[in-house]
Amino acid sequence: MAFDSLSAFWVMEGHGPYVWSCYAAFFLLMIGLMVWSWRRRNAVIEACRRGIELKSGQQTQQAATASAASFTRVKVSQD
Amino acid sequence: MHPIRKKRLTIVLFLLVGLAIAVGLTTYALRQNINLFYDPSQISEGEAPVDVRIRAGGMVEEGSVVRDPDSLMVEFRVTDFNASVPVQYTGILPDLFAEGQGVVAMGRLDNNGRFVADQVLAKHDENYMPPEVADALEKASKGQHKASDSAESVSY
Amino acid sequence: MWQFFHKLGSPKWFFGIAARLMPWLLAGGILLLVAGIVWGLAFAPKDYLQGNSYRIIFIHVPTAFLAQSVYVMMAVAAVVTLVWRMKLADVFVKSVAPVGLVLTFLSLFTGAVWGKPTWGTWWVWDARLTSMLILLFLYGGVIALDRAINDEKSAARAVSVLVLVGVVNIPIIQYSVEWWNTLHQPSTFKLTEKPSMPAEMWVPLLLSVLGMYLLFGWLACLRMQTEILLREQRTRWVKDYVLAGRG
Repeated sequence: MAFDSLSAFWVMEGHGPYVWSCYAAFFLLMIGLMVWSWRRRNAVIEACRRGIELKSGQQTQQAATASAASFTRVKVSQD
Repeated sequence: MHPIRKKRLTIVLFLLVGLAIAVGLTTYALRQNINLFYDPSQISEGEAPVDVRIRAGGMVEEGSVVRDPDSLMVEFRVTDFNASVPVQYTGILPDLFAEGQGVVAMGRLDNNGRFVADQVLAKHDENYMPPEVADALEKASKGQHKASDSAESVSY
Repeated sequence: MWQFFHKLGSPKWFFGIAARLMPWLLAGGILLLVAGIVWGLAFAPKDYLQGNSYRIIFIHVPTAFLAQSVYVMMAVAAVVTLVWRMKLADVFVKSVAPVGLVLTFLSLFTGAVWGKPTWGTWWVWDARLTSMLILLFLYGGVIALDRAINDEKSAARAVSVLVLVGVVNIPIIQYSVEWWNTLHQPSTFKLTEKPSMPAEMWVPLLLSVLGMYLLFGWLACLRMQTEILLREQRTRWVKDYVLAGRG
């Protein structure tokens, strides 16, 4: 350990605010990017699944009632 | 490879080479504007304009720093071991400012060849080392000096 | 060899490979990065000149290094898109551009915060800092251009050309500190020489750089998977995959 105590580690001889703000920004943005990317993939999978289920449900319905063709819009998050 | 792909690849390569040449020539022509600062040799050769806001950079000459006891005024010489320029500055110096360290000063060159700075930035090099190693290195170099001094005195 | 190349172009094949690689990339990346950062922050000795502020290097160098090498990878993918019209290459460029943007921003931010206590200023318009800012705008431009064009194929070509035009900036960033007078110091790691710091400083730095590479690999796989699912949602295998994942 390069520091004598936890408080010395925190203060870093006066450079603490600089060092810690850098590491805070780094972890915030990196974790944010990872969580966002992960959630977005799951959202896309969910959207695909719902689209397919909707379609297959309609197909069985169509077969039963022979109703007129309808359009389904599959909503997918783009961001 | 498919001839169409070959053609596309040549186009892409030509694009890249042309672009590299264009950018290379532009940056070469603008090199004096891209340089952040003038070094002491350029200033002493008269390449730097007088009374225009410019930057000057180099090493702070050992033993040249004179602090005014009553104010924040400091005078020192900036050198590139070829030529040196006197610098005058009033204000707070960065922590890393020391003799033998690099600086970049912003200000104007007056008619007497003195650089009047209004901002001084510290420039450090890419060498990092623990304080103990730095101390040991300094001691070693001093020891060497001493050794060479005594060697000289012996030879006299 | 060509067969491998064509296989690589198959989104379905890549999707499976990525899924198998991702746990390793994530675990390895986090492990190396955390090890490098903890070592660098708490155990590496302080610098004789800058004191503890130099500890920012353990995230500044990895982000700056990755920001540039991600752009080089994007440029290679752009050539593949333009010459071979491989879809996966375009998926790569589109997926990693936001990652590159975040990395470039982080390297600029950490550099500015590091510059204040050492140089005495947050920002200076020297060649290194300015060319890095241009890289940030290039990433932004790639993302914006891709979103501005609706047609997938035209977007892929336009983006590839922009990426290739911007790649000349990379050697400028790399060599700016040697070609011109800058406030920024030359690189600590050079290909041909020993690093200009002792091992107890450069080993943690190397660990965090490697960790960032693995983490980038994970992010790239994840985001490419997302993009592939979006583009191939009408195919049989995506339907199978999506429905299987549910059960």
